[in-house]
Amino acid sequence: MNSTAITLDHVSKIYRRYGGRQFSTLKSALLSGDLVRKLRPEETFQALKDVSFTVPKGCTYGVVGRNGSGKSTALKLVAGITKPTIGTVHVEGRISALIELGAGFHPEISGRENVFINGIMLGLTKKEITRRFDEIVEFAELTEFIDAPVKTYSSGMYMRLGFAVAIHVDPDVLLVDEVLAVGDEGFTHKCLDKFGEFKRRGKTILLVTHSLGLVERFCDEAVWLDAGEKKAEGDPTRVVGTYVTDVARQEERFLAASDEKAKHDAGGAGQATPAGPVEAESHFGDMNQAGEGRWGSGGVEIASVDFQDANGQSTHVFHTGEQMRVILGVKAAAPVRDFVFGIGLFTADGAMVYGTNTDIEELESDRLEGEATVTLTVDSLDLVEGTYKLDVAVHKRDGAPYDYHRLLHTFRVKSRIKDGGIYRPKHHWDFSTAIRFKPPK
Amino acid sequence: MWHNLGQLLRYRGLIQSLVARDLKARYRGSMLGFFWSFVNPLMLLLIYSFVFATLLENRTQGIQPYAVFMFTGLLPWTWFQSSMNEATGSLISGGNLIKKVLFPAEVLPIVTICSNMAHFLLGLPILAIFMIYYGVTPDWIELPWFLVALVVQFIFTAALALLLSALSVHFRDVKDLVSNLLTFWFFTTPIIYSYQQYPEYKNYFDLNPFTHLAISYQEILFFDGPFGHKWWLLALGGASIILFFAAYWIFDRLRDSFSEAV
Repeated sequence: MNSTAITLDHVSKIYRRYGGRQFSTLKSALLSGDLVRKLRPEETFQALKDVSFTVPKGCTYGVVGRNGSGKSTALKLVAGITKPTIGTVHVEGRISALIELGAGFHPEISGRENVFINGIMLGLTKKEITRRFDEIVEFAELTEFIDAPVKTYSSGMYMRLGFAVAIHVDPDVLLVDEVLAVGDEGFTHKCLDKFGEFKRRGKTILLVTHSLGLVERFCDEAVWLDAGEKKAEGDPTRVVGTYVTDVARQEERFLAASDEKAKHDAGGAGQATPAGPVEAESHFGDMNQAGEGRWGSGGVEIASVDFQDANGQSTHVFHTGEQMRVILGVKAAAPVRDFVFGIGLFTADGAMVYGTNTDIEELESDRLEGEATVTLTVDSLDLVEGTYKLDVAVHKRDGAPYDYHRLLHTFRVKSRIKDGGIYRPKHHWDFSTAIRFKPPK
Repeated sequence: MWHNLGQLLRYRGLIQSLVARDLKARYRGSMLGFFWSFVNPLMLLLIYSFVFATLLENRTQGIQPYAVFMFTGLLPWTWFQSSMNEATGSLISGGNLIKKVLFPAEVLPIVTICSNMAHFLLGLPILAIFMIYYGVTPDWIELPWFLVALVVQFIFTAALALLLSALSVHFRDVKDLVSNLLTFWFFTTPIIYSYQQYPEYKNYFDLNPFTHLAISYQEILFFDGPFGHKWWLLALGGASIILFFAAYWIFDRLRDSFSEAV
């Protein structure tokens, strides 16, 4: 018994970058037997670069990656809708592709007739459809509307019907491209149950999705594609882990860049705008409404703001519960005796999460001179996943700012648990013996 | 290529249901429904007989009753013309299917030919009514040749449709070119006039494949006497089969580019 269901062998796929047609002359067309002339490299886009992987029979195989990484191209190649430019694709058994649900539905005719036509298009015979018809309609939850023209359906109904037909084709290999978002919660669960049933019956599933949790929970193996190249393959948890780390690294770069830009826009890093006290006062008055920016008299300057993790590595991406250090590099041109350091933590939409300063915490200032650093250590960053912004400031006890950075510094918190809200209190569950949970997978 | 042709047979169920869908969907929502299938050719007939039998009477006096004569050629031409017009763009308009569902693309042009054939067949009862009304009786022994002509026309149309639909994916100009050429083609084919009226152009008529189809239909259904054009018809049939394979070969070569180019 051949135990591989899908084989991609050194597959590359090259698309034309522009819609324009580049035809060969008649002579070269006749000589090469090809109507389309060879394209120059700058006219092409390589969606897949020498990708190989095999999916064993009965395996649920996840494909993850960013947008434009070649996931859908890979799926189309497996489905046989497009052919690889280089390399070979081999699939064992009947394929059903959940790529575009309800492709080929005709709006004018009834759901019933469309089920038949769609089913035949997907490779069923009329008899097979008749036998499964009730099951399909019931699965789609459209018993009431099945004789109405499809054009009267809502988009959810349309998708459900398309999904129901495709899933009842009973393929050996099921290709799924990010279609689980079609229905409400209940329908999604039903789809997952159906996938589970497929799995139990030893069918092969190729799943392209951005839902990493689904890949970890559901897949036996996974591959990570990035810019058309295979970056990792194997155990889903490991693959997803590497992928997430890479995404975090990229976000870090992105945040660092936008941070830099924000500082620059606010008057150049390290150069506090020497603003008059009156202006500073007016800013201070509506501090909570003010947008991002930087102001202050400049008597003390916050020259740098750095985020570090527990190991002292600079980063902009933290995980829930990690330690975070905010390190301010400050400079005082002349000795200052009246100063307060403060921070304010905000969500991306501007709600204040926390704010404190040295004055509130009853630290009485004595003397600051020359260059110095201030480190605020948050021992456990108990925030849920999201993007957060930080105010940092040094000002007099009466509030007149030396240097105020308003929402200029951004960091991200990542979490494997998708809980809601802003704050995650440290917590745990306890259950009496009558309640039992399945052991974690 | 042969493998794909075999596949096509497996997909006849799909062709069948797509044709049925086309026919159902076409008149869904219209008050007269299928009645339009009868009304459309009838209107054509009225317009053409008015222009060519009443306004330009002197030219067509030799052929009586002119309406029946013209209808025998006009019906199959309408089938051919709408098939070509629709089939040429069928791959482009069915692009969503080609991109998202795995099925042989040649199904699409063939479906358009079939559904237009259904309209053609629905027009035949009207022709029959006209023939009875004017007392024109066909030679019953010649009627099997009508089926032959039907098959020849089908293959001929299919060959051209495959070729042009495949080309139009890459050259969108083909669609406009075809619709203009068809108008030209119609008037150079002896449908609204008889080729016997213009013997000096016989060689040019003979070069036009549809001449032989039109003449065949006219001789089988309209003119008395033996079906003298059968060798031309069979020759056209043979040529159509060769053309079909050639067109299918080209279609097959271009197949892989469809899902990217449409």
